[in-house]
Amino acid sequence: MHEWALAESIVFTVNEEAAKEKLKDIALVKVKVGELQQIELDIFKFALENVLPLSSIPLDMARIDIEIDESTLKCKVCRNEWNFREAAGKLPEEESEAIHFIPEVAHIYMRCPRCGSPDFEITKGRGVWIDYIEGER
Amino acid sequence: MDPRLNIIDKRFENVKRIIAVSGGKGGIGKSLTASTLALILTKHGFRTGLLDLDFCGPSDHVILGIEGVYPEEDRGIIPPEVFGVRFMSITYFAGYNPVPLRGGEVSNAIIEMLAITRWNELDFLIIDMPPGTGDPALDIIRLIKRVEFLVVTTQSRVALAVAKKELQVLRELGVPVAGVLENMRIKEQSAAKEELSGYEVPFLGSILFDHNLEDALGDARELLKTDFAIQLEKIVIANLIK
Repeated sequence: MHEWALAESIVFTVNEEAAKEKLKDIALVKVKVGELQQIELDIFKFALENVLPLSSIPLDMARIDIEIDESTLKCKVCRNEWNFREAAGKLPEEESEAIHFIPEVAHIYMRCPRCGSPDFEITKGRGVWIDYIEGER
Repeated sequence: MDPRLNIIDKRFENVKRIIAVSGGKGGIGKSLTASTLALILTKHGFRTGLLDLDFCGPSDHVILGIEGVYPEEDRGIIPPEVFGVRFMSITYFAGYNPVPLRGGEVSNAIIEMLAITRWNELDFLIIDMPPGTGDPALDIIRLIKRVEFLVVTTQSRVALAVAKKELQVLRELGVPVAGVLENMRIKEQSAAKEELSGYEVPFLGSILFDHNLEDALGDARELLKTDFAIQLEKIVIANLIK
């Protein structure tokens, strides 16, 4: 996912949840990002600093904790399991970047290392979600 | 909670009308209608975007002859302008490769694309839908609150039977229907107008089968000169931009 889109989406979501839960102060936002999203933390922090002024509730980088969720890919044909990180190093840069923007295109550029099938499942390490928000009413 | 869902509304806040061109069956001219509709709207001075959402069979770039262009990266992805149309497609990321995705993966890819694409200000966004009322249609209805559907069918009883099912689903979900378009008419009388009259949706008109259309594919300027485009333009003027 694009780091700027992620930063904006986190700010909008925290604002919405804060309004819904009547929070006056945010202590911590726990964000989990799938490994396939290939978020570059430096770019993300830069993007976040730029979109934070849009926030209706005080929020800064120190209150946002990002955890990368390691990936597991599972072949639907031979049931082999592997992870994106092991295979990603072998991908050309443009293919890796395409997966960064739309992680599902991994199915185009990656194959099961054991049987060569493109029919695999991303069982873990995909998507972005806010695990929890801590704050005070 | 998935934060991407919260940014999607923002991505469309400056888009006046969002029309999903859909239809139950493959091969009835949805992509041709969507692509040509985008060209016609642009020709009439409307700021128009075209989103090819048929991830497993994208074809708008083939119809319009688009190659060698890529989105600009600026706080997200800005679709390039081609023939005056802002055009977004999975082909930027998939190249000429097949895209073997299962249903849940299609949904995730749709969410991702809607979340990262910055359309900015548009009068019309035309979405070229894959066939049927499966995951992509349900996702677009769920994720884009102001979407309206333009249902394409042919005279074939096969296409009409599926169009009826789609109209039932749209009615049940309370989704506005901009109208029904009958494409590739070969008989003198329209079949769709009467067959679908019970669904209380506007019948936009029918377009006669154009034997020369194939020769214009891949060239947007030639496409606009075809009988297909000329008939579609009359329908658009009478129904969508009047």
